[in-house]
Amino acid sequence: MTHFSIDKTLDARGLSCPMPSVKTALALEAMSHGQVIEVLTDDPVSKRDLPVWAQSTGNVLLGIEEENTTVKIYLKKA
Amino acid sequence: MPELPKKSVTIVLFSGEMDKALAAFVIATAAASMGMQTSIFFTFWGLNAIKKQGGLIKGQNWMQKMLNLMNYGHAKKLALSNLNMLGMGPAMLKTMMAKKRIPNLHEFIKTATALGVKFYPCEMSMTLMGLTKKDFIEECEDVIGAVSYLSLAKDSNVNLFI
Repeated sequence: MTHFSIDKTLDARGLSCPMPSVKTALALEAMSHGQVIEVLTDDPVSKRDLPVWAQSTGNVLLGIEEENTTVKIYLKKA
Repeated sequence: MPELPKKSVTIVLFSGEMDKALAAFVIATAAASMGMQTSIFFTFWGLNAIKKQGGLIKGQNWMQKMLNLMNYGHAKKLALSNLNMLGMGPAMLKTMMAKKRIPNLHEFIKTATALGVKFYPCEMSMTLMGLTKKDFIEECEDVIGAVSYLSLAKDSNVNLFI
């Protein structure tokens, strides 16, 4: 399903609420418009929270993939 | 006071316990990560969260000095509101949090600053306790009063009293 190129990967595994959202926000700040970030998390809350975070910040959720306990969330910077 | 952007969060931290301060900072950092302008107004016991480490005796008279001595605390030294058990509670909680990689209060303060969360100490509490701006960490903005706080809070979308 990855029909987009990933510009940056953020490994937020092991971190719990609210740090995955915080780290994503800080990482996106340093990226430019249209770039794609891959966020890795194993926090069940963040699997729900990161799409909500994307929606409320106007960034685009491109997709979610799950691989064992790791959830990969793809976001495009608005 | 700077003009607020569209969405904003204002938090009053009145309590001086670690657990309550953590609650305030979890919400503050999450809000800031969502792009909301976030301000925390530290008042009364809540001032302890942003006090500098050290300086047991502060104040101008013996009552203030006694109050500050008995109320000594900073981000790394705060009690719990429940199960404090003479300091065993906070020590155990800090260990448990570190194991789960949950930031401690000191780290939350740094993260919040990086995200642009504004810290405002309360002028009246400081006067009462004989504290000055130099008793607080550098990250603090101006010392403000209730009216300035309310001028931020009246236009904010979320307001919490912790």
